[in-house]
Amino acid sequence: MATETQSHPFHMVEPSPWPALATLGAFVLAVGAIIFMHDGPPWIMAGGFLIIFYTAFVWWRDVVRESRSGFHTSVVQHGLRLGVLLFIASEVMFFFAFFWAYFDATIPAISKTAHDVWPPEGVIPFDPWGLPFLNTLILLTSGATVTAAHHAVREGDQKASVFWIGATVALGVLFLGFQMYEYGHAAFGFREGIYPSTFFMATGFHGFHVFVGVVFLAVCFFRARARHFSPEKHVGFEAAAWYWHFVDVVWLFLFVVIYWWGIVGYVGPLV
Amino acid sequence: MAYGVAAGHDEHAHHPTGWRRWVNSTNHKDIGTMYIVLALIAALIGGIMSWMIRGELAQPGVTFIDNYQFYNVLVTAHGFIMVFFVVMPALIGGFGNWFVPLMIGAPDMAFPRMNNISLWLTTAGFVLLLIAAFVGAGPGTGWTVYPPLSSATFHPDAAVDFAILSLHVAGAGSILGAINFITTILNMRAPGMTLHRMPLFVWSILVTAFLLLLALPVLAGGLTMLLTDRNFGTTFFEVAGGGDPVLWQHLFWFFGHPEVYIIVLPAFGIISQIVSTFSRKPVFGYLGMAYAMVAIGFVGFIVWAHHMYTTGLGVDTRAYFTLATLIIAVPTGIKIFSWLATMWGGSIELKAPMLYAIGFIFLFVVGGVTGVALANAGIDFAMHDTYYVVAHFHYVMAIAAIFAMFGGYLYWIGKMSGKQYNEPLAKAQFWVFFVGVNVLFFPQHFLGLAGMPRRIPDYPDAFVGWNMVSSVGALITMIGTLMFFYLIWHTFRYGKTAEANPWGEGATTLEWTVPSPAPFHTHEQLPVIGPTGQPRAGSGAVSPAE
Repeated sequence: MATETQSHPFHMVEPSPWPALATLGAFVLAVGAIIFMHDGPPWIMAGGFLIIFYTAFVWWRDVVRESRSGFHTSVVQHGLRLGVLLFIASEVMFFFAFFWAYFDATIPAISKTAHDVWPPEGVIPFDPWGLPFLNTLILLTSGATVTAAHHAVREGDQKASVFWIGATVALGVLFLGFQMYEYGHAAFGFREGIYPSTFFMATGFHGFHVFVGVVFLAVCFFRARARHFSPEKHVGFEAAAWYWHFVDVVWLFLFVVIYWWGIVGYVGPLV
Repeated sequence: MAYGVAAGHDEHAHHPTGWRRWVNSTNHKDIGTMYIVLALIAALIGGIMSWMIRGELAQPGVTFIDNYQFYNVLVTAHGFIMVFFVVMPALIGGFGNWFVPLMIGAPDMAFPRMNNISLWLTTAGFVLLLIAAFVGAGPGTGWTVYPPLSSATFHPDAAVDFAILSLHVAGAGSILGAINFITTILNMRAPGMTLHRMPLFVWSILVTAFLLLLALPVLAGGLTMLLTDRNFGTTFFEVAGGGDPVLWQHLFWFFGHPEVYIIVLPAFGIISQIVSTFSRKPVFGYLGMAYAMVAIGFVGFIVWAHHMYTTGLGVDTRAYFTLATLIIAVPTGIKIFSWLATMWGGSIELKAPMLYAIGFIFLFVVGGVTGVALANAGIDFAMHDTYYVVAHFHYVMAIAAIFAMFGGYLYWIGKMSGKQYNEPLAKAQFWVFFVGVNVLFFPQHFLGLAGMPRRIPDYPDAFVGWNMVSSVGALITMIGTLMFFYLIWHTFRYGKTAEANPWGEGATTLEWTVPSPAPFHTHEQLPVIGPTGQPRAGSGAVSPAE
């Protein structure tokens, strides 16, 4: 293989089969999901997921290899960081839609069909100061541990960085466990009107993002163990940490708006 | 050497061949070309649908479509295809990919692999939409997919689900593309290429990418709610379950209005390049032009409910949205004024791209003036859902965008293919097309003012005359379109070899400093841009003689 040196700092990426394969996965997933939703079997949908998971793995494996081979100059790293921030901005706007749906149902000033009484009659909501508050504390703590990990990475303390990333992953898993426990003990069903629609879709998508963040951090955990991160260069970890803080902030809004403000003025039993 | 990166590329990897070159591509020019091919294919299909619509409307009663749901499917698919799979892939994916890196002096896009998945996701979205049209009764909802018409009650089969997932998949591709463009423009400009020296086309893509980034996820959220309402029993838009169908309209138009600017801003950028080139003058009021686009992009996010005046919004709300909408006329006026001022005193050369640019300005002014009329909530109460609205938005975002596409194509085809188009043929094509679209759409203003509703396959005899004129216009437009496809074939078959810069001293942007056709890799030696916006002698690919 002839090696050459290029005169610019950018990364000219080699051709790759993964984008086309990932698209095939997305297509199979879409068609499979529709078949599943119209009373068909779930296997095609599952196949689409598998293709996407596989491509996600090999694609990011390639990115890690390219990074290890020195293609990620400081300019490329700057671009990657910018890309992650922009992606998070788009995610914020995705949640914006679900908060909008919630406010549309709860604030008469912006919607003619908003409910005068919230939660709607017959709905028994959660006590925000029970499990939801515990989960708030867990996520806030995980924000602190991921920052501790960041400091450890910047100081080149590999042992501490592994420990703090691992602690963050554990807290994320704990949060998801409590969230599933809470769903299992809800006094309202998924299909029972606008309250569960807004509650489950907003907190559910948040939970899914926590899951993605946990996977992201778990990858960082193994990369930290393999000494991939140096004090000067650890874009992958930074991206995971930023993503984690984003997930954290969304939860704070969910907790304040849906769990807490959502029962202001409510008199009755809580779960 | 400066960066010490030992790139392990060999010649084979640099120039992949066969199907791999295209399917696995990480090259901004190849990906741009594929976007343009996708747009051409989609334009044919979406165009055939529009001629079927005009054929049905040529005379009252049943002309040849006796299944009115099928008519609704045609209207829906025509809208989706033209917006998502013709204009966006051509202007942003096609010209954006080709010319943003070339114009800012970058060797490629920031994330070349992600660039590729944007293309393929858009293609997959297009296939899903075509499938939607053939599943069950098809999606007869219009491109706005309003519930309750789009609910499981009125569209029980999988067609609407296919349409929803088509937009999800294509939208994901566009969001990734937006991230790519913003990162490329902010991080990969050549030395000296400051933001305030960037060509206006690059500015237009930058603003467009921000609109995509912030608007599309809101649509994705709304589509997700629609999908779960239809299939999993949520009640976001179901009144019986405490939901609100107007919520969908808010979410849709919060995306849908910026989408209008997503379509027309890149067109603004192309027109600025063309007008400047063929007037042999820099664009008048460059900074004002750039920030007018920023202003349009910003205000575009806070006017969405002017699409919803008849949904029962309060009077204060309607007053606000009327005012905010009218404010958009100010930065838009800056654009029109500056294009005219660029031409003023210029040495104008009426080559075919310039004809298309002037045509664009005319069409956009006509559509803009009717837009000022429609922005008023009181007037819109009478015009809402009539052919006046159809005429308005086809002028501003349909034919205006197509004029920018055709103009951009003729302007850049020499650079992209190395072959120059035939000037007399292109001019003839312009005039046929210009006459065609105006005969097609101008009478629709009269039909709308007379009260003809949109999205209805039949009409009373009172509307016969102008409908016939409009359909004749569609026929002329069809001839113009076929001439354009012939022109493409003619260029590749008989086109003369294009010079690096076929336009002379008016063409000052960096893409004209590289050979035609542009080599597989360009700007591998970064140009250094001086205070005039021109590359310094001896830098990059520019020889001192130029």
